[in-house]
Parts: sequence; structure tokens; C-alpha cells
Amino acid sequence: MAISLRVNGRAVSLDVEPDMPLLWALRDELGLTGTKFGCGVAACGSCTVHIDGEASRSCIVAVGDVAGSEVTTIEGIGAPDALHAVQAAWVKHQVPQCGYCQSGMIMAAAALLAENARPSDDDIDMAMTNICRCGTYNRVRAAVHEAARVIGESTTNG
Amino acid sequence: MADTEPTAKPKGRWKKVTRRAFLIGGVTTAGGLAVGVGLLSRAGTGIPEHFAKAGADGAVALNAWVRIEPDGTIALAVPRAEMGQGVYTGLAMLIAEELEVGLDQVTVEHPDMHGVYTNYALPMEGAGLFHAENNPLRWVMAKVLASVPYIGTGGSTSVIDAWTPLRQAGAAARTVLVEAAAQEWDGDATDCQAAGGKVVHSDGKTTLAYAAVARAAADLTPPSDPELKPASRFRLIGTSQPRVDMVEKVTGTATFGVDVSEPDMLYAAVRHCPVKGGRIVGYDASAVRNMRGVEGVVEVPGGVAVVADNTWRAFKASEALPIEVDAAGNGDVATAAVTRDLQVSLDEEPSHVYEAVGDIDAGLAGAARLVEAEYAVPYLAHACMEPMNATVRLNADNTADVWAPTQSPTVAVWAAADGTGVERDAVRSHTTYLGGGFGRRAEKDFVLQAAHVAKAFPGRAVKLTWSREEDIRNDTYRPAAQARFRGALDAQGALIGWDGQLASQSVEFEFGERVLPWGGGDGSSTFMNAAGAFAQPYAMPHCRIGHRWRRHSVPVGFWRSVGHSQNAFFLESFVDEMAHAAGKDPYAFRRGLLNDKPRHRAVLDAVAKAADWGGEVPDGRGRGIALHESFGSIVAQVAEVAVIDGEIRVERVWCAVDCGVVVNPDSIDAQMQSGIVYGLSAALYGAITVADGRIEQGNFPDYEMVRIDTTPKIETVLVPNGDRPGGIGEVALPPIAPAVANAVFAATGQRLRRLPFTLEA
Repeated sequence: MAISLRVNGRAVSLDVEPDMPLLWALRDELGLTGTKFGCGVAACGSCTVHIDGEASRSCIVAVGDVAGSEVTTIEGIGAPDALHAVQAAWVKHQVPQCGYCQSGMIMAAAALLAENARPSDDDIDMAMTNICRCGTYNRVRAAVHEAARVIGESTTNG
Repeated sequence: MADTEPTAKPKGRWKKVTRRAFLIGGVTTAGGLAVGVGLLSRAGTGIPEHFAKAGADGAVALNAWVRIEPDGTIALAVPRAEMGQGVYTGLAMLIAEELEVGLDQVTVEHPDMHGVYTNYALPMEGAGLFHAENNPLRWVMAKVLASVPYIGTGGSTSVIDAWTPLRQAGAAARTVLVEAAAQEWDGDATDCQAAGGKVVHSDGKTTLAYAAVARAAADLTPPSDPELKPASRFRLIGTSQPRVDMVEKVTGTATFGVDVSEPDMLYAAVRHCPVKGGRIVGYDASAVRNMRGVEGVVEVPGGVAVVADNTWRAFKASEALPIEVDAAGNGDVATAAVTRDLQVSLDEEPSHVYEAVGDIDAGLAGAARLVEAEYAVPYLAHACMEPMNATVRLNADNTADVWAPTQSPTVAVWAAADGTGVERDAVRSHTTYLGGGFGRRAEKDFVLQAAHVAKAFPGRAVKLTWSREEDIRNDTYRPAAQARFRGALDAQGALIGWDGQLASQSVEFEFGERVLPWGGGDGSSTFMNAAGAFAQPYAMPHCRIGHRWRRHSVPVGFWRSVGHSQNAFFLESFVDEMAHAAGKDPYAFRRGLLNDKPRHRAVLDAVAKAADWGGEVPDGRGRGIALHESFGSIVAQVAEVAVIDGEIRVERVWCAVDCGVVVNPDSIDAQMQSGIVYGLSAALYGAITVADGRIEQGNFPDYEMVRIDTTPKIETVLVPNGDRPGGIGEVALPPIAPAVANAVFAATGQRLRRLPFTLEA
């Protein structure tokens, strides 16, 4: 039986095993390759997406368990000509190096800021447990603070 | 004078050539082979056909690096692997500087293989040949490398190699564009200048965009030895420029190897032999053939691949595949035995002596104070965030395509040809972004396996991806290594000299055996494994460094900074021990040995100043210092650590770097952070261990690394020097482990001589 869910605002129907990890349904079935495979055991965070707004490691979420849910991937939060505030902060601080972990980093940061508008360094340490082998962590931290500031200003002004 | 002063030659020397007449073997040799700035001059040496044709209709290539698109965009070829180090941006800056365009006007593409894109510095720099202008060996080697052709990214050599030829490429293209505009105006090139992708007449009003004169410019003969700007007129080089790959990498639109998608593509996973040096002698394909989506089981070098219609289904089936293993005598290999072998070998004569100054035996015999210490490091995995993968298709016309996140398209093409059975020149390579490289992606295994599977499914692209467990367990590891240092001080605490003896497997031998057509040689050099232990800057009357070449079943390969990754830890820890034995401050002790080395002393001084060395250190913390030269650059670091509940916390790191000419300061800052974090992961956590011939670690939970909460605050100081660039991608890594070890000693009095660090209770 097909599994129905919404991905980036679009209704999709997947004829796959319910225990297929959401990650592979996104990447190999839907062609959304912005979400990356890093470890398969929820240890690195490269596969982070939002499920009903919550940051989730899609490599250990069975697609059958998210039937009816709203999934948002890196492709769904902004585009090259319309960056999300977190993506814009990432550009400003020149965060990525190889860039492979950064979709997951950005999705984790966006979810953090949606629930905590002004995260402290400790809050960032708690929420951003993603692995980056290039060592972009200091710039990730600076960019999260920057995005918080920009989002805060736009909320206050608008 | 404006900074866009024209450097075009007078009009009379220019002649039109018919480009078609020079089409030889797919290469348009516009104007013939360049001579002039030595044999390494590459500007105008020909235009690879695939680069010329890669653009939109009406695009015009002016040389192998510059193509003007009809919409005015400047397409630049950067034939090096972008694996995070910022090479697309850095090399584009070199071309754009002389071409007089902004980085916002360019796009960067990784071109197909061609001899013109050879990296000469990678094999030559280590051998000291790259800058040896008059050495005939260099000439011969250059010819051989270009004919291979040898395209590779590694050894922190990309900017070193590209520094002159890519600026020449930009200058040569600019020269013909200016000349073409002058001819259009019936004027003289000296009355024109180039700026912002346009040629501007000296009347200040008339301009022509590059795209408008590109066609005419292509018919002019470019200068073989174009004049280059003096550093005083650089407008890009030396300024922080945003990365050209940034927007792709924050929007998930950058294509890495794992993201390659071709019509009707198959997905493969590999089950490797778990025993190092063993082999799979049997497997039961029928056990997985009926699993959903499985399309076949194919034997590949190193293991068995399961092919399916989705990566996860391939993973699942490969894990379920029953296999039979022949350990081939390696079933009882264990870490302790490797360590013991390395240690015992230190009592034997070295297989290679890399430094022998003065008479160290007499020096040690005459010492007022003798210091002895043994150090050890374990095997390490690369653990690139993107697991090993490649996509290969065997085409009906007996050609093949390979899409690979590779540090060497040359190696990828060899492997694709070997695996599919087509000729090497029938393989077209497409280099994707690399989700980390660190030396691992110089190997061929993942491409070779994909090619074998592709051969079994002709006409269909096969994307082969390793699971994280297969990636960690089938790495080509940083060798485990052991060192014994004995040092002599005189009665006043002055350094007499030291004897450093090392033991490890040989990276270059094993890499050669695995990857190079000519093999690993006779092991007459283990140079890369001793690099960083010898020829370091400290002055002393006696010194000897020897290395012992050992063989074990765990394969070793290039790992970020190679021998420097362990030898800097050995040497800079030992220098610190000597300083304390001499009763001297570790910074002052080092500084006193650098009277003839002004660049090293300046870097050491810069880091001491940045950290306020000798100033107040917060309670419970300690500071350590280390200095190391590698890949043509000098780096010094001060680490500040706190030991809390038996755990080492690295709170701050100050880093000073002299990498010669500074191309992109922001990129250097990023690479300093990168090397420090990568090295810190190794120092604090990294260990690959073996039991029963098998690698014991498999995934991040048992191969831990530094994360955001364990990353120190890092401050970098640039100490620019000279007119030639050094390396940057690896050079920050070597000093961090000894800086931290030395800081732990300062904080606790415990001397840590083994990595990863373990504190005594």
C-alpha cells in the first residue's frame, strides 16, 4: 500500500517498504539529494530534516512512520535566489568547506531558531550535535547567532 | 596609473592564425606550444576540445582555462578537486586577477582530463624539484607527468602549482581581448585597458564587453610569456573573497558523488572481506536475490557487490549476504602485536636515515643531561562525511563514463578502464564535489568496484556507495607509528642534539602497490613517513633521524598531512621535554634555536604575541606551544587547556601561519580552523584498532570526533612572507596535538606520549 505524506508542501505517494528510512525515500525515490547520508545511525546529523517542524535524523525514521506528516528538506526552506535567513547567515559567515554536512547543520539551526529565538552558546551546543569533518563549528556558531539576530530584527520591524 | 594598466604587446607583432590548422589530437594549439617561462608555462599551450565545447552556443574559449560565454559570463576551468579547501575559489582568483574580472562574473567548472591540467607540484614539490628551474630531472619528470596526464589534488600543492600558470592564463586571455578591441576601434592596444570584464578605451567613454570581442580575440596569437602584475597592483589576491561554491552548498544543490543521477541508474553496495589481508572465497547470492529490488550480485575487487534499484535495498541485501572468508593467515592480527613489532624494531638499525648531522653518538655520550622518551600513535580512519562512492557506465560504443568524487581523475580513469575493460582514452571522467577528501579519495578502490559492476550491467549507470561501516572498516589508514627520541643538553642547558628513531608502514610504498601502474618500487624511500621529523628548523651541532619500514596487513594511505601528522607530535613534544629538562621556557627554548631561521622565529613570535605567552593564564589551565613546517608553510600554535574531572578540554587555540603569499585570507582562516579541528579529533579520540584481523570500529559512535561543544575558540594570525605561495590545506594539523600535549603538561605535570590522549587518574 502506498505511503502518503507531504514533502516541501507537496503531496507525495510512495510505493516502498514502510521500514525504508525516510532518508532513502527522499534521496533515491523522490530525487531530493540535498539531504545527505552520513552514518545511518543518527550519529552525525547529515540527514537532518524537519518532520512537522521538528529536526529529525531521517536515516533512522521509517517512512511508514511519517505517513500523513509534513516533511521539510533543505530544498524546501529556501532557494539559491531566495535564501532562508539561516542560509543567508551561512553565506555571510562563509561557513561551508566541503559542504556535505551543511544541509543537516542548516536544518538543525533552522529548527533550533524556530523554537528558541535567541539561543545561548549552551543552547547551540545542545541542539547542534552534527558532525563536520572540515571543522566549521566556530563559523556555524557565529552564523546561528547572526541568523537569530536577523530573524529577530525582521520580526520586530515587521 | 589605474590598476588596470594594459600589458598588451604593440600591434605590429600580432598575426592572425587559422585555428583549424592547428587541430592536433583534439587539442587546438593556438599559436603553438608555449615556451618562455620555463617548461612549466601552461598558458596558451592548447585548448582541450571538451572545455571549448562545454559552453553555450557561441561561447569562445581563449585557452584551457578561460571561456567567454555569449551572455558575458566568464567560465573558468579549475582542474583540481574541491573537497572543502576552497580551491575553486582560490584558483579562480588567480585567473580573474589577471583577466580583470570580478569573482561575481565567473563560473567555475572542473574540466575533463587533459595534459595541460597536470599538477606538477604534487609529485615534484616533495622531491624538491618543483622550483629547481635548471634541473634536467625536472624537465624529464614534467614531460612524463604531462603525457600521463597526471591530474591530482593533494599535498597542499594546488596554489603552489597554479600560482604562475593560472595568472599567465588570465593575462594571456586579457591580452588578446584588449588587442581585439583595439583592432575593432582601429586603435592601439596601448590606448586600451581591461577592467570588470570589459575593454575600455583611453577616451574613457568607448567600451567593449569581453563577449563582444571574444570571437576576434580567439583568432589572435596569445603571448607565450605574458607580463604579470606586480603584487602592488593585485586587486583580488590578498583580499578575502567569498567562495564560488557557497550558495550551492547552503541550498543542497551542490552535486557530490553520491548525488549523481543518470537515467535508468542502478544502485550498488559492497560487502568487503572483514579480515584485512584476507579474501571472500564464497557467498550465497540466492539468499538475497529475491529481496525486493535486488538486481544482481557481482564479485568486485575486495568484496562482493549487491545491485538493487535503491541504495537502502542494496545496503540491506549486502548485509544479509552470507559470505565465507579465508583469513589467509591474517586472522589473528591484533593492535598489540603491531605496536609491539613497531616498538621492537626501534632496537634494530633503521632502514633509512633521513638526517645525519655531526656525530650524535659522541654528542649523546658527552651530554650533561640526557632526555629519553618514546611516543606512539595509532591507525586512523579518514571518515570523510561523504562515504566512498562512484558512478560508472559502460557505453555501447565501448567507451565509459565515470562520475567520481576523486582527488585524481587520472586514477579514476585508470580504475574505470580496468574495471570495464575499455581503453583509458575511451573513459570520460566527470569530477563532482567531494564531501571531504583528506587523502582517502586519492585511492582507486571505490571507482574500480563501481566499474566492475558497470561491466556486468552494460548501458546502465551504476552508483556504488559504501555504508559508513564499510567506509570505516575499509579505509587506507594513517599508519600506526612509534618513535624513540634521545636528546643531549650541556651543563648550561644548551642543546647538543638529538637522535630520533621512527617506525611505521610505508604510505608511498603501499599506495604505489595499490594504485600506480609501476607499483610501489623497492621501498628504497619511506620519505613521506619520516617527513616532519627531519629538516626541521632548530639549530644544533648533532642530529640523526632514522626510519624503519614495517609491513602489516592493515593497509595504510595518505591521511591529511601524512607523516607530519605523527612526526610533529613526536618532535614538538620532545622539544618541549628538552626545554623543561633545560629549565627553560618552552617558547624561549625554541626561539633560541631559531637564530638562523627568521621566518620560523617570526611565526613563533607572532603566536606568542597573539596568545600573550608568559601573561596570566586562568586558574586550572595550562598552555602549550608548538611550531612546525610542512608543505612549504610554517605554523605555530598555542593551545590553552583545562583538565576538568579527568577530561581534557581545549579551550582556546592561537595559530600563526606563514604560507608565503596570501591568496584568500578568509580561506586560510577557514583552513587553520579545519586542520586544528581535524587534528584535535585525532589527538583526543582517534584510534582504529584491530582484533582477529578485523577493524574494531565501524561508525561514529565508536570513532568519535570533535563536535561544536568541544571545539576551542580559534584565533589566526597571518604572517605573509615572500613572493611564492606555500600549502594551506594540511599545515594547521601537525602542531595541534603537541601544543595540546604540552599544555596538559603545563596544567597537570603529566606528559602524554601516546595518542589519543589518556590521562592517568
